[in-house]
Amino acid sequence: MSAEMSTPSARRPRSAGREAWRRGLYRFAQSRLSVLGLAIVSLLMLMALVGPWLAPYPEHLEGAVSTAARFQPPSAQHWFGTNEMGQDVFSLVMGGARVSVLAGLAVVLLGALAGTLVGGIAGFAGGWTDDLLMRLSDLKLTIPGLVLAMAVAAALGPGIFNMVVAISLSWWPGYARLVRGEVLARKEDLYVTAARAIGARPARLLLVHILPNVMTPVIVKMSLDMGFAILTVASLGFIGIGVKPPTPEWGSLLSVARSYMPDFWWTAIFPGLAIFLAVFGFNLLGDGLRDVFDPRSRR
Amino acid sequence: MLTIEGVHKTYPGQRRGWRRSAPVQALQDVSLEITRGESFGLVGESGSGKSTLARCILQLEPVSPGRIVFEGEDLARLSPAAMRHARARIQMVFQDPQASLNPRMSVHDIVTEPLVIHREVMGLDARQRTERALELLQLVGLGEQHLFRKPHEFSGGQRQRIGIARALATSPTMLLLDEPTSALDVSVQAQVLNLLHELQQRLSLTYLFISHDLAVIRYMCDRVALIHHGQIVEQGDCQQVFDAPQSDYARQLLAAVPSLEGIGAAGSDGQRTPT
Amino acid sequence: MSAPLLEIRDLHLWMRSFEGEAHVLQGVDLQVGHGEVWGVVGETGCGKSLTGLSVSRLVPSPPARYGRGQILFNGQDLLQMSEAQMRQLRGGRIGMIFQDPTTNLNPLFRISEQLVDVALAAAAWRPELLGVPAGASAREKRRAARALSLEMLERVRIPDAAQRLDDFPHQFSGGMRQRVLIAMALIGRPQLLIADEPTTALDVSVQAQVLALLRDMVRDFRMTVLLITHNLGVVAQACSHVAVMYAGSIVERGPVQEVMRRPTHPYTRALLAAIPRREMARGALEGIPGTVPDLIHPPPGCRFAPRCARAQEGCRAQVPALEPVPSALAAGAGHEVACFHAHPVEAAC
Repeated sequence: MSAEMSTPSARRPRSAGREAWRRGLYRFAQSRLSVLGLAIVSLLMLMALVGPWLAPYPEHLEGAVSTAARFQPPSAQHWFGTNEMGQDVFSLVMGGARVSVLAGLAVVLLGALAGTLVGGIAGFAGGWTDDLLMRLSDLKLTIPGLVLAMAVAAALGPGIFNMVVAISLSWWPGYARLVRGEVLARKEDLYVTAARAIGARPARLLLVHILPNVMTPVIVKMSLDMGFAILTVASLGFIGIGVKPPTPEWGSLLSVARSYMPDFWWTAIFPGLAIFLAVFGFNLLGDGLRDVFDPRSRR
Repeated sequence: MLTIEGVHKTYPGQRRGWRRSAPVQALQDVSLEITRGESFGLVGESGSGKSTLARCILQLEPVSPGRIVFEGEDLARLSPAAMRHARARIQMVFQDPQASLNPRMSVHDIVTEPLVIHREVMGLDARQRTERALELLQLVGLGEQHLFRKPHEFSGGQRQRIGIARALATSPTMLLLDEPTSALDVSVQAQVLNLLHELQQRLSLTYLFISHDLAVIRYMCDRVALIHHGQIVEQGDCQQVFDAPQSDYARQLLAAVPSLEGIGAAGSDGQRTPT
Repeated sequence: MSAPLLEIRDLHLWMRSFEGEAHVLQGVDLQVGHGEVWGVVGETGCGKSLTGLSVSRLVPSPPARYGRGQILFNGQDLLQMSEAQMRQLRGGRIGMIFQDPTTNLNPLFRISEQLVDVALAAAAWRPELLGVPAGASAREKRRAARALSLEMLERVRIPDAAQRLDDFPHQFSGGMRQRVLIAMALIGRPQLLIADEPTTALDVSVQAQVLALLRDMVRDFRMTVLLITHNLGVVAQACSHVAVMYAGSIVERGPVQEVMRRPTHPYTRALLAAIPRREMARGALEGIPGTVPDLIHPPPGCRFAPRCARAQEGCRAQVPALEPVPSALAAGAGHEVACFHAHPVEAAC
């Protein structure tokens, strides 16, 4: 007769998942900066999704101009003022969020996906597969990201989609390296050995056991990368690659506004601030996430 | 049931700059024979090769040369596919109950995984697998309320029970137990050892019990082999080896164990403590 | 009878965690006399390590919170001392050895440097340690410290100590490293040595040697030891006295022979019954039903009551205090137990 075992704590929550969420949220909320980051990011995502509908002058996003109202400083009707074509800068910035944030998101997702696959296979298979894939990613790393993105975008032609692809191409090696390292470490974990002892095939080992346990650092990296992805999208926009007018994009807005500084400062400052806010917010969020997931952190 | 003949295992030396350090002979000419239904103990200290031997038996690492004959088949010569089939019949319980369970999988998934992997042989559909999972949990003293929880919600002893349940999923005939209770408190160890004993009788299992704890081996096993620096130093009936050790190493080991024997058989006052 | 070297009185400790505050030490009472070797034994979570760490005040103070209670060392309450005062004591009067020899030595520094560091730190408060006059230069002090280190290495029986003095930690085996750690703990000639699971990470044969070494050191240096372990065998072999802990308090204590031969508390007896012995038939081992209590919401009264076969109503009403064991044989032997149902035990043969 086996003894009856009772679980250690008197009150057990229904689900382990929900308990883990509550703990995570609690630890996350302990840092005000992280919460600030989350707030900024939420705001940005909101703008990205519904910006065009909330903008006070949606027609300006389509390309309508209002030459009579050129270069008006910030006022009650135009919170951020107007630009050289009389368009409301506030609406443009809100519209630009859509391109910049979503494009940044797409870049990070694509890069993470490709990188995880490559890194996962390299780390798991080892041997010459590993060498080959890692040398491939090294190759990519030797070419400066922006230059590569420019070249590819120029080759593929204009448009958001091409730009996203171009940037992702220079983004994935970072993930490949990260995932490969994690996979190498997890490969020797006891539960993986246990699965091998049961008879699991390599595909199952990688997909069911190793990768899910590797996702945490990947997610942290993704959130930290978002800021830089947005910056890169803006940079490309700044030099005129990627979106074409009239689609607003923070980088291209900034580029055009360059020549009007410092007299009509509002045309440049606000798009610039938007970029800054986005990068800052995502960095704070990423830091917060990393601290929550790090088992050794004090919180 | 399991015959190990002349098994050798060498790890190549590591690369240190230009040179390689000397290769490590982890196992040297190891030969054992385990008969059906018995509980065979393998005792050694850390680095002796006992865990390596277990991994080699399961072909988690290759041996060269050597034969590992399990129920008539030489596991070392089987194709990966054939080996996979054989795994359904010989399973392992690991030392660290926490590390041997995937922290992201529910107990249900952990315990049914062998059934999923060996789908063709077991022939159970999803609902039947869940039923079998429940059956297995009850066999090791856990219940339905534990089915969908994750490993970190359990104590060490419970986790080890889950590991045992998993090992029994495909109804194997033999279990390799690699220090199954070393990470557990003494009172929990007692429960797990009793469970293992009960299971052996109920399910007619054969055990290869690996441990560094001589007292546990003596309690659990019929025959025992001592391994030291990759070589079998002494083998035989448990009673014989422990009471009349032949080799120097065995004598040393026995002398070094801090024992309570001198203090007297305390703890039992003539009646069993009711459970 | 002289005053005890270490006296822990009604020590209470709370640890803050996500779920709440756990009452991890509940009224720990212990008197350690000069020259005694006390084994503090218990299973995971009983509080034995925390007790040892509390004596050297190494428990980080948030999340820990000490409630009432005192830790008197040579008559002074350690809980009231400042960090600076504690630093004087550590190494010089209170030495510590921890469990894992691998991580407790800095891999970047040679053994000699690490030993000399400790010696110099201890000598800062007790210059006579080094045997050099008070006005000696730093260089002379260093040289004396180095000589002392060599002497200690020889005492702990490191072969070829003179050559190995300048080796790095990774050049030593686990057992050797533990000896080096013992040397480091003793170089300041502490009065009290706290050893937290010193042999758990070592092989059985090495363990025997290290325990023998400890025994000799205790004799040579006339030290007092608090040996924390979960292994009753180690206690039987190396200690003069034993204190059994469960869920944050000491449930039984006394001279080792006495307690092991005549265990009175149900937990002590259950613990001893769970250890495999020679001639035990398979299935004769007994575990303890139930699990360790949740220290955030501990059970009322005696914490062992939920798992105790002898528990009755009174057990849940009040926490039992340590009282001498009611037995003619144990009279004056210092054997105490915290149980409302301690009845005289027939001596087992």
